[in-house]
Amino acid sequence: MRQVDAVIIGGGPAGLAAAIELKKKGVEDILILEREKKPGGILRQCIHDGFGLTRFGETLSGPEYASRFVKQAEELSIPCMTDTTVLEITPDRKVYASSSEGFLEIQARAVILAMGCRERTRGAISIPGTRPAGVYTAGVAQAYINLKNKMVGRNVVILGSGDIGMIMARRMTLEGAKVLGVFEIQPYPSGLPRNVEQCLNDYHIPLYLSHSVTDIRGRDRLESVVVSQVDENLAPIPGTEKEYPCDTLILSVGLIPENELTWMAGAEADEGTKGPAVDENYQTTVPGIFAAGNVLHVHDLVDFVSLEAEALAEGAARLIQEGSLPGCHLNVKGDPLVGQLVPARISGQNDVTVSFRVRRPLKDCTIEICQGENVIKRLKKPKALPAEMIQISIQAEKLNTADDLEVKMIC
Amino acid sequence: MLREFTCIMCPQGCDIQVKLEEETIAEVSGNRCPRGREYVTQEIENPMRNIATSVLVEGGELPLASVRLTSPVPKARIFDVMAEIKKAVLKAPVCEGDVVISRVLGLDSDVIVTKSVDKVS
Repeated sequence: MRQVDAVIIGGGPAGLAAAIELKKKGVEDILILEREKKPGGILRQCIHDGFGLTRFGETLSGPEYASRFVKQAEELSIPCMTDTTVLEITPDRKVYASSSEGFLEIQARAVILAMGCRERTRGAISIPGTRPAGVYTAGVAQAYINLKNKMVGRNVVILGSGDIGMIMARRMTLEGAKVLGVFEIQPYPSGLPRNVEQCLNDYHIPLYLSHSVTDIRGRDRLESVVVSQVDENLAPIPGTEKEYPCDTLILSVGLIPENELTWMAGAEADEGTKGPAVDENYQTTVPGIFAAGNVLHVHDLVDFVSLEAEALAEGAARLIQEGSLPGCHLNVKGDPLVGQLVPARISGQNDVTVSFRVRRPLKDCTIEICQGENVIKRLKKPKALPAEMIQISIQAEKLNTADDLEVKMIC
Repeated sequence: MLREFTCIMCPQGCDIQVKLEEETIAEVSGNRCPRGREYVTQEIENPMRNIATSVLVEGGELPLASVRLTSPVPKARIFDVMAEIKKAVLKAPVCEGDVVISRVLGLDSDVIVTKSVDKVS
């Protein structure tokens, strides 16, 4: 069995950033395992620009952003095995994988989970109707168009206003398709305001809020979809049905962290993020197994994925070099307006960054970070949207080691 | 006259209000940084956008190389620029940063490759 200091599952932005930072911190024996033929992850198909403003201070396309990390990993001689699928991770940090070189057995001192996330599909949202060709998730359509040179359709309806859906509305319009509309079940867009502006408004693509697809019609190929308005409980309102003839339905209805391997390793889940519960070092409930990036919680921007993975490397390097990390016994809790809160536990002894999203759009609110009666930090927010991840840094000297940490949104 | 904009310069997406007096900007509010003012000024005078697409690659490990513009072009020219980029065909290998079209349609912007594509082995 091969022994390594750190094995990294996934060669996307999180895995690459973690690997580079571990190497810089003196961890020598690192191995990245990547399922695809090349490292870079989903960024390889995200050809639009807008990446890197936070991390690099300039705006890059996805492939350019990825290649900065791929090149750095190569310069640092970090091995990356591509075409390699991890089959199992055990609680004692054994990793089993299938590769073109055969079956791999690896014993690692630290396992870094960086598998990213998956798109929700038609099955996950249970749209009734027939099962014709022409129904794609936004990421699959993006892969066909941007990687395979296959146009997926000509008359397009998009369900869900996630960022990828809106970006695909623009992409398909540029390629000559007619996008009839983007339909969002919530009363607010689920993607970023800038994408509503530059992907939809720029191309006169209508966005219908509080609408959903309630029927899919067509035998072999999609022929039409039926769209209905929904009420405040998101239930379709009878009598509001409208049929849109189309050959393509694109789904942009949310992302879920991809954690089959994580659960196999025995890590506990966090109900809010659907990813593993981690402490301030990004360590899961299984010692020596860490997670960062979209596998942990779905991010809005890749820049924050890279920064999170770099922060993970600090704890993981310490574990590898010193043998253990201090315990984290204080819980991090949010009020009902706070969702996707990370981390789940802290020690109260170290600087910590808390990430979360609001559950609905809020105006003129105040964020309070508290421990017991003590308000550690208070921040005014003129606008807070579920599309945006909020991050707040807290210095160690402001924390005590006795009370749980609470995140409150006051409106 | 009051006009409202959503800034696209960064992911914050500020809501910006602009007070116009006879076509000139009298007041800008809501922007959290100076780029917001630059954006609305440009947006009122001549909206500019960057675009990304792909060009065909012959003999490559992938059929396409992704490309983008080095600087934004007038919004009204986007589909002209797309049509011009569609004419291009590259031969593998292509490298990130290669210029596909210099000063596309005479505009102050180059089309550059954003993903290297090796020769098919």
